[in-house]
Amino acid sequence: MSTTLTSAAPPLVQPGRPPGRGPWLPARLADRLFAFLARGAALLTLALLLGILASLVHGAWPAIKHYGLGFLVRSQWDPVGQEFGGLVMIYGTLATSFIALLIAVPVSFGIALFLTELSPAWLKRPLGTAIELLAAVPSIVYGMWGLMVFGPILAAWVQQPLQSLLSGVPYLGALVSGPPVGIGILSAGIILAIMVIPFIASVMRDVFEVTPALLKESAYGLGATTWEVVWKVVLPYTKTGVLGGVMLGLGRALGETMAVTFVIGNMNQLNSLSVFEAANSITSALANEFAEAGEGLHQASLIYLGLVLFFITFVVLALSKLLLSRLKKGEGARA
Amino acid sequence: MNTGTNASTSTSTNTSTSQQLICAAALAQARQARFAARRRVNQVALALSLAAMAFGVFWLVWILWETLRLGLSGLSLSLFTQMTPPPGEAGGLANAIFGSLVMVAAATCIGTPVGILAGIYLVEYNTRGWLAEATRFVNDILLSAPSIVIGLFVYAVVVAQLRSFSAWAGIAALALIVIPVVIRTTENMLQLVPASLREAAYALGTPKWKVITLITLRAARAGVITGVLLAVARIAGETAPLLFTALNNQFWNGDLSKPMASLPVTIFKFAMSPYENWQQLAWAAVLLITLAVLGLNILARVLTRQK
Repeated sequence: MSTTLTSAAPPLVQPGRPPGRGPWLPARLADRLFAFLARGAALLTLALLLGILASLVHGAWPAIKHYGLGFLVRSQWDPVGQEFGGLVMIYGTLATSFIALLIAVPVSFGIALFLTELSPAWLKRPLGTAIELLAAVPSIVYGMWGLMVFGPILAAWVQQPLQSLLSGVPYLGALVSGPPVGIGILSAGIILAIMVIPFIASVMRDVFEVTPALLKESAYGLGATTWEVVWKVVLPYTKTGVLGGVMLGLGRALGETMAVTFVIGNMNQLNSLSVFEAANSITSALANEFAEAGEGLHQASLIYLGLVLFFITFVVLALSKLLLSRLKKGEGARA
Repeated sequence: MNTGTNASTSTSTNTSTSQQLICAAALAQARQARFAARRRVNQVALALSLAAMAFGVFWLVWILWETLRLGLSGLSLSLFTQMTPPPGEAGGLANAIFGSLVMVAAATCIGTPVGILAGIYLVEYNTRGWLAEATRFVNDILLSAPSIVIGLFVYAVVVAQLRSFSAWAGIAALALIVIPVVIRTTENMLQLVPASLREAAYALGTPKWKVITLITLRAARAGVITGVLLAVARIAGETAPLLFTALNNQFWNGDLSKPMASLPVTIFKFAMSPYENWQQLAWAAVLLITLAVLGLNILARVLTRQK
């Protein structure tokens, strides 16, 4: 039986194949080539990050040499007099992102809570999709909407009442001063909040769903309310993941360009810390000035700002990734 | 209740029994009050959660509504046939639409193969090696990296070297944004392909590259296409990386080595201007982009759901 099979096998395997050309050489070559290409593509991605870093440092070098780290705390920005410092933009970027997180984190938590614990099953999918679509809307649409629609409404319904309420109050009054046009740090922060809510909310929802049903059911069995289960069981279990999601949102908010450029007002001032005063951020300074900046110190300073931005977002995103992967590992250990 | 019955069965004098009963009643009352408070906290929290959900959906509805309201009035046939006008004159967006289509298509064609190959490397080759781990890490960073920094990079590498803004530079910047999106989805989708499928193919003596291209990639086809669609949706609305790579162009241009108009950059320029007709065109362009991007996203979702 077996002898007949082996004797019959060769003609069956290679019917009509020309002698001398084994099937293995071209296949192996193709294999090598394919592996090489795949490896090359992976390496290219790595090289991309290094390339970005190297090109930014190279482009910013004149400004780095001229100002050193003092660039970060200088507030003059005068392209005509060739005097540059990044404090105004760095402040604008951090302040808008801070306001954005202040609004977005609690709202995202509420959305995630709703989607995981409250929503009827048939509503989960459409509502989740709606929130994810919010993330898909291009940032320029947010910017245009913020400038034309949201800004004037914010000015009329929030800024002016606040100003008349707080006029004469020291500190607080100064915090809301400014021309009533609805442009400035606050509107940029609110629009950033709307933009990062979907990112934070979907990460929170995903990590909430990771919580073992056993834990939750035990808590319910002891008579805990929904809120107590989420606050005292789900949240402690997923806190690294939640923090990772917040960091991801922060990374997005820091690097957002168009929406901020539209509504922040693009004014290099730091005299007034009012949230209604026009200001500037790293990204909007780049968007507005870079194409027109002459080569030399102006361009180098702008690239320096870009480098600072890249560094901050890199740290924030790396932290986010680390926290999220730690949750995954813990989950594996417990399972 | 429980403590009450316990108290009555206990052997003690009449006075201590009644005292115990009073104590038990007070305890039960305190418990009930505590429970009511907990329920109130719960109700308030859940109401706030509902409000947060409504808050999220509210913005989506409001933005879409305003985009539709202000964009529809500017929609007309001349939008697709005429060039972007100088201030105060009638015109359309033909050159910007063309530029966007060309650059998005070219960037997708360049970025997709690289992304798919790198995704294949992460799943099929050396999954736990240093290169795969490092690529995964870097990819997650690039996925959320500020797109304007990508623009700076391309400016330094392409525009500054060639000493001119060009559509090619814009395409390069967009392609660099496509790559991480495609890598991520390809990796996720290939991981879902059951190992038994690969093993069956290997057992038949199929070379690895054929297993990957004909078996695993084909099995994950819908997911990979979804990734590409999402990448297209992402770059269709990207403005920041085009600002100082492709720049802008007021006229029709088919030459990729010259500056080229695109819808997002045109919106930016027109919306920031004080001219009525430019702003009108900007709203029409916003509507076009929003419809395209949301359409692509919904299509991508439908594709994966069938899977």
